[in-house]
Amino acid sequence: MSTTRTSPLRVATDGWVVAKRNVIKIKRVPEILVFVLLSPIMFVLLFAYVFGGAIDAGAGLDYKEFLIGGIFAQTVVFGATFTGAGLAEDMQKGIIDRFRSLPMSRSAVLVGRTTSDIIYNVLSLVIMALTGLLVGWRAREGVLDTLAAFALLILFAYAISWVMGYIGLLVPSVEVINNASFLVIMPLTFVSNAFVPLESFPNGLRTVVEWNPVSAVTQAVRELFGNTSAAVPVPDAWSMQNPVLYTLIWVALILVVFVPLSVRQYRIASSR
Amino acid sequence: MADMIRATGLVKRYKNTTALAGLDLVVPEGTVLGLLGPNGAGKTTAVRILATLLRPDEGSAEVAGIDVLADPMGVRARIGLSGQYAAVDEHLTGFENLEMVGRLYGMSRQKASARARDLLDRFALSDAGDRPSKTYSGGMRRRLDLAGALVAEPPVLILDEPTTGLDPRSRQQMWSVIRDLVSDGTTLLLTTQYLEEADLLADDIVVIDQGKEIARGTADELKSHTGGERIEAVVADVARLDDAARALAGVAHGEVQRDAARRSVTAAVEDDGAGRLMQALQALRDEGVELLDVGLRRPTLDDVFLTLTGRAAEDDASDSETEEVRS
Repeated sequence: MSTTRTSPLRVATDGWVVAKRNVIKIKRVPEILVFVLLSPIMFVLLFAYVFGGAIDAGAGLDYKEFLIGGIFAQTVVFGATFTGAGLAEDMQKGIIDRFRSLPMSRSAVLVGRTTSDIIYNVLSLVIMALTGLLVGWRAREGVLDTLAAFALLILFAYAISWVMGYIGLLVPSVEVINNASFLVIMPLTFVSNAFVPLESFPNGLRTVVEWNPVSAVTQAVRELFGNTSAAVPVPDAWSMQNPVLYTLIWVALILVVFVPLSVRQYRIASSR
Repeated sequence: MADMIRATGLVKRYKNTTALAGLDLVVPEGTVLGLLGPNGAGKTTAVRILATLLRPDEGSAEVAGIDVLADPMGVRARIGLSGQYAAVDEHLTGFENLEMVGRLYGMSRQKASARARDLLDRFALSDAGDRPSKTYSGGMRRRLDLAGALVAEPPVLILDEPTTGLDPRSRQQMWSVIRDLVSDGTTLLLTTQYLEEADLLADDIVVIDQGKEIARGTADELKSHTGGERIEAVVADVARLDDAARALAGVAHGEVQRDAARRSVTAAVEDDGAGRLMQALQALRDEGVELLDVGLRRPTLDDVFLTLTGRAAEDDASDSETEEVRS
């Protein structure tokens, strides 16, 4: 539609204004935050104590230790739904119309939204890490590797945010995005090595699991946290041998595809 | 005087419907155009095209001399839009809402903040300015939304059904706010399904139905379309309706209408309405008919719409609404 390009500076300042607005909402409706933070706690406790005894993570590795990396990956993917739900709500309420009638940068609403949603992810990672420490998980590779693991998780979450943001602009209501994302995220996170070891998948499916980006994120943070065992060899697949690089490739790929796609959708989107 | 809005041959089609079927609009600087029509007539679609939210399938439009298709950003910098559904963020306070809009118009923090306080004052919202707007009444939200459209003091204002769903008191308040704005020289395009609203606020009125213009003119011109004045009398005793009709027959131009349900008789008069009314009163007294109410009635825009389309303006409110709001 518009061929008018706005300067990167304008994108940044407009995006900041929009992000600030979203942060105010976190402050005004703390209930949302409570539920966002409770669900990872629930997942840690549920898996650690319900499945913990039944699932064998491999020789010399405690399941809780194995689990935390997976829960981290799953939670940040689920957290991305937030971006979609927020945008769907803004569409429904006509706020996107107001934004679109203003002479602001076309990408600022999306940039602002995805950026402010990083806050949710950081907070839930902190809560999960604390819960993990309580049940016996430890990061064993030093501060730098630990920080790198968290940074990778947040980067991955940011990319998925753009996918969900795109979906949020497509669907007619908030309810739809919640259900739709569930359908995508459940298989994406369960058909991965997040909760059960790779070896337990049947042959054909195992390839899918190996190349699933969620598996790569999980594998990467497990290695960075030192939650692996020498007795369990890393699979031969390139994606599993180079999980950090493979994750970064996915992040780049998702952003290259979904940033322009979402901005385009924002420009043509119509409310209600 | 330049034309601040000029649209030519706007066409917009959806899967099953044609929302606009070749609409022309012209709004000279400093005037108010009322776009009047029932739900689904295409009002919102026209507004969305002029506000750069929607591309027309055919036709062209200029706002403040700028082509909406070639330079939408330029148009956005010169319009203020207030939509049918108050698009304020309910979690933000009134002040935060307005400040945010100011910032997004590219104002500095200080300027946006000062402007926000200014507008809250002007719209009698200063006391509520630091409360989340979710606590506001419908009328207050609408005023806040309108204030949002005025943040950058745009030369062209587009209001899409600004009083739909408001109670009568809030509607009156809204009207007086809008009249003040217009007296400051702002050019206004106003859509409404309330004929009274168009009559009160608009200099010119375009009546549309099914995406097409069906009439255009000032309120007075449209009213004269439907014929002149009539005398309407309501009798105390419905049994005397025929007597009343007989009494009015002497002054009526054409047949006297009887409405038993409303206990009223209506007689069209050709000229000198006041004189005819006096004659009619005398005739009714001679006949000994007791009256509850009598008066000279000028046709309302409701009558205009009925004459033009063969149905009342708000008849088909629900069935076509979904199509319109989807636009």
